[in-house]
Amino acid sequence: MSVLRQAARVAWKDLRIELRSREIVYTMAFFAGLIAVIYSMSFPAKPDLVRAAVPGMLWVAIAFAGTIGLGRAFDRERENDTMRALLLAPIPRLSVFLGKAISIAVLVTAVAAVCTPLLALFLDAPLFADPLPLALVLVLGAIGIANVGSVFAATLLKVRSRDVLLPVILYPILIPLFVAGTHATEALIAVVPDPDKAWYWIGFLGIYDAAGVVMSLWIFESLVIE
Amino acid sequence: MSNKAIPVLATLSAIGLVVTLWLVFTYAPFEPVLLFNQKIFYWHVPHAFMLFLATTICGVSSLVFLKKRTPKWDDLALATAEIAVVFGAAVLITGSIWAKAAWDIWWSWEKRLTMSLLLWLALVGYVLVRRFAGASADRLAAGLAVFGTLGIPFIYTMVDKSDRHPQAGSGGNVMTLTGPMKLVFWMSVLTFFLWFLTLVMMRVQSAAGERELRELREKGLDAGVLS
Repeated sequence: MSVLRQAARVAWKDLRIELRSREIVYTMAFFAGLIAVIYSMSFPAKPDLVRAAVPGMLWVAIAFAGTIGLGRAFDRERENDTMRALLLAPIPRLSVFLGKAISIAVLVTAVAAVCTPLLALFLDAPLFADPLPLALVLVLGAIGIANVGSVFAATLLKVRSRDVLLPVILYPILIPLFVAGTHATEALIAVVPDPDKAWYWIGFLGIYDAAGVVMSLWIFESLVIE
Repeated sequence: MSNKAIPVLATLSAIGLVVTLWLVFTYAPFEPVLLFNQKIFYWHVPHAFMLFLATTICGVSSLVFLKKRTPKWDDLALATAEIAVVFGAAVLITGSIWAKAAWDIWWSWEKRLTMSLLLWLALVGYVLVRRFAGASADRLAAGLAVFGTLGIPFIYTMVDKSDRHPQAGSGGNVMTLTGPMKLVFWMSVLTFFLWFLTLVMMRVQSAAGERELRELREKGLDAGVLS
């Protein structure tokens, strides 16, 4: 179990840096707020239109803000080449990967937790019709993004065009996740909520995340070798 | 993969292309609903088959490359990915033309078309990463291919669940083909398979050549022969 304890330590290190500077959380929250304002100005604020469009808006916002936050979180390890130090540390690589993935998942969840009420506020969207399942959907989405993101962002650190390539790699892989998240959200906030449909997509997300995590654990080491 | 097989395969696929085209327009009967429009099916579907075949090969060989670090698997992954992009473009263009004929709309989110598009996007991503990611391009692209292949069953389920489109006539389903249509269709598949094989073998050869040249140059630089 020391693998998990060390993973928790790596994750806590990242989160503590973030708690002290609050850089990513503040900038991402601001960014998410801006997106919400832009949405509310670019789409007609008719209740039925909002209801139909808001799941997609929410997931697009999470995708954008999440990618930027992810890139920034890994940039921190680049500035003083601390990624190398982390990889050289006498702990299993598995712990480094898990720790990174956990801290990113927390960050993306935080971003989602900011986006959702802002969208609900500005667009008067019924996002809190069924809050607990929606929270589950958002957490599952964050885990999926963090998992795939951590596999690639560490390797991308050395690449010059990393900011452009991160979404180029992530979005094609994450399309099922975004679509499933959108469908689940849609089913939860519909005029007549459809819990069966929502839970189908929540299950889909869960299996997607599980498959992704197994695959990352299997190949991340081959990817980060220097 | 030997050099001699390439010209033979190329010749066979050229002959196959001519014969199949001729058969498509003279021997295969009209499909009852779509009539002449259905002819594009003999190009569209084999290309789609090759797209899926190439994607699978690319994913599997990328995984083997990541695990074993044998560069020849990387050559194979690169070759199949690039060729899959070309075949995928053919699938999307012919699919779009077919959609116009069948539903009078250039692009509809029909499930197989959507799925081909999503796969194709991942493959284009692969090629972009290969070109612009510098020294770790091979690993990054291999990771993308592995995750992309892992996502195929999810994309399939997802697209299948949210699609409400009708089939484009009975000629749109491979399983319902009979008689001459079936024969011509499978000849077309064989032709494009041979063509696909030719291209992959050529690209693997050139990728291996590029790699050898790079290694030789590095050796030369280390030995001080080159500057």
